Amino acid sequence: MGEKLVLTGNYAVAYAAKLARVDIVAAYPITPQTTIVEKIAELIESGEMDAIMINVESEHSALAATFGAAVAGARVLTATSSHGLMYMHEYLHWTSRARIPVVLALVTRTLAPGWNIWSSHDDFYGQRDTGWILSFALDNQEVLDTTIQAFKISEDPRVYLPVLVALDAFILSHTSMPVELPDEKQVAEWLGPRRQGYVVDGRELLAIGNLTWPEDTEEMVMDLWRAMEESYNVIKEVDREYGKLFGRSYGGLIQCINCSDAKYLAVAMGAWSGDLMEAVNMLREEGYSIGVLRVRFYRPFPHRDIWEYARGVKGLIVYDRAISFGAWGQLYTDTVAGLYQYTTKLPIISNVIAGVGGVNVTAEEFYELTKNFIEKIEGGEEPPRITWYHRR
Amino acid sequence: MSRPKPPLPYNMREVLQPGDAACPGCPIPMAWKVLSAVFGEKMILVIPACCSSVVVGPYPGNALKASIIHVAFASAAAVASGVAEALKRRGINDVQVIAWAGDGGTADIGMASLSGAAERNHDFIYIMYDNEAYMNTGIQRSGATPYGAWTTTTPIIGKTEHKKDVARIMIAHNVPYVATASVGYPHDLYAKLQRAKKIRGFKFIHLHAPCPVGWRFDPRYTVRIAKLAVETGLWILYEYYDGKIHLSGASRPYIDPARRKPIEEYLKYQGRFRNITPEKIEEIKRYVEMNWNWIKKHM
Repeated sequence: MGEKLVLTGNYAVAYAAKLARVDIVAAYPITPQTTIVEKIAELIESGEMDAIMINVESEHSALAATFGAAVAGARVLTATSSHGLMYMHEYLHWTSRARIPVVLALVTRTLAPGWNIWSSHDDFYGQRDTGWILSFALDNQEVLDTTIQAFKISEDPRVYLPVLVALDAFILSHTSMPVELPDEKQVAEWLGPRRQGYVVDGRELLAIGNLTWPEDTEEMVMDLWRAMEESYNVIKEVDREYGKLFGRSYGGLIQCINCSDAKYLAVAMGAWSGDLMEAVNMLREEGYSIGVLRVRFYRPFPHRDIWEYARGVKGLIVYDRAISFGAWGQLYTDTVAGLYQYTTKLPIISNVIAGVGGVNVTAEEFYELTKNFIEKIEGGEEPPRITWYHRR
Repeated sequence: MSRPKPPLPYNMREVLQPGDAACPGCPIPMAWKVLSAVFGEKMILVIPACCSSVVVGPYPGNALKASIIHVAFASAAAVASGVAEALKRRGINDVQVIAWAGDGGTADIGMASLSGAAERNHDFIYIMYDNEAYMNTGIQRSGATPYGAWTTTTPIIGKTEHKKDVARIMIAHNVPYVATASVGYPHDLYAKLQRAKKIRGFKFIHLHAPCPVGWRFDPRYTVRIAKLAVETGLWILYEYYDGKIHLSGASRPYIDPARRKPIEEYLKYQGRFRNITPEKIEEIKRYVEMNWNWIKKHM
């Protein structure tokens, strides 16, 4: 087995970039992403990592330069947070529509005003419709593993789409945990050389992105949609292969704990799912039939997997760390719509919006909220569909 | 200037194939002809939103014999930075990376990424082809539109500010090479591209490119107007390297104000200056003099 280091989530990203033998990193500093860039710069300058770093003048240019390097045949990574991601947003669309493999680490952070550096998932959900594969890690080991997996997924000829790996600000980004590093040679062998659908390097004449008529454009968008559908199997396959080679896999697009016999499911994404798991363990000990369904990949949305576990349950409670103003939590919206693909008789699905602005939600609070939800249904009552959970 | 005239491919179709969407008299293909004479097909053009995105023609065709990456408006210099670094990383050194952007994509929305790429001194050529307004969207004013000019967003009184001098901004970046050029002087542009090709690091060329549609002149006069800009002293051709300005041959006579043609000669061909007042012409003359003084000081 590989070397074990005590790493923050941000350092886990940096080490994953090294292990994946990234050629070029272009990035711009923003709290709480900064230590990713700093660590990579240190790894490069100390000679531990062989890559080129482009210290650009903005996030828009960070992804633009990353895109340029990728189009010209380099394996690339960038990283950002919050407003940096907002500034990059145009290039998220550009990259996916150009079908260029890129990996981006997002340290999720609340949007301003007022200035707030703690985690909510607003920045993440802002990229929902960009055509990127969107993943969210639970802990630092998964940050490292998913980042490496992201290169494999992104560069798969069935996919050729960019991949975003999210990790919560501070909860993961600045918290140290033991992380096992797979063997670099073995990773290199598994990932193989850089693969992409086309390369613009001047060796043969190629133009990308010309003026395109509506029918051609629609076909390209449909093709992107098909690639995203295809990526569903690729993500599972990559996770399985990774497990065989390096001893860790995560269940594909979702992780479900205590789910097989559960009458109720609590659904969440990101680091706070760990607190939810603790709460559910307490509830299990008290005899409640409940499991935790943690979403690892939000796009493609794992509706098949959710249905697999939600079939026949009495209720789902979905925790969202962001809100779509004028509607509901994003994970909730997708869960309801996803299950409706399989049944017209939906179980009760409630949505709790919490943890916004980085407000801490403890395992005890998850315990109370989840228990209330179950008790209400068991007592023949209808729990509220949407609740803001806020305390001071 | 006794330099022998270098060979240029006089058959435009060697460079730009049928299917291009340029307007009659468009200066863009004229410049591409010169680029092609220097780099052949071994060039990657990074093109942000601008007339050229249309001029090359629609998918699946591509009229220009070069590799092209079409990119978002503000990002030509940033994408070119990435491409240049990737080619370096991959050991490809016989392909020229060129950011090819209009004046809006350079002087306005692209300024930050241009400045960043210049400061980092990436090895590529940035060419700002300057038709002095947002022509592709319908002649809106840009930071590079000259004083007094009509545009659709300066529709009655004309632009009330002078042109942003991007070449001078780039000189302030201490990059290895900055030049001004004009589509009216293809051999001068050719020589400048040849010099830029040999220099490693960031190169910037500010290319004056009269636009018949936006400047309101007869399409057959593109070259004549480009030349008049130089002959009146309004557009000064020079190179900047080794810490000083080197005045180009074509502009050398006009260091002497007496040898310059009257500014009115240049303005009268262009509908965009139709309503310009004598006071405004005086202001343009003052501005021209100021620019020459700056040039003389840095030679």
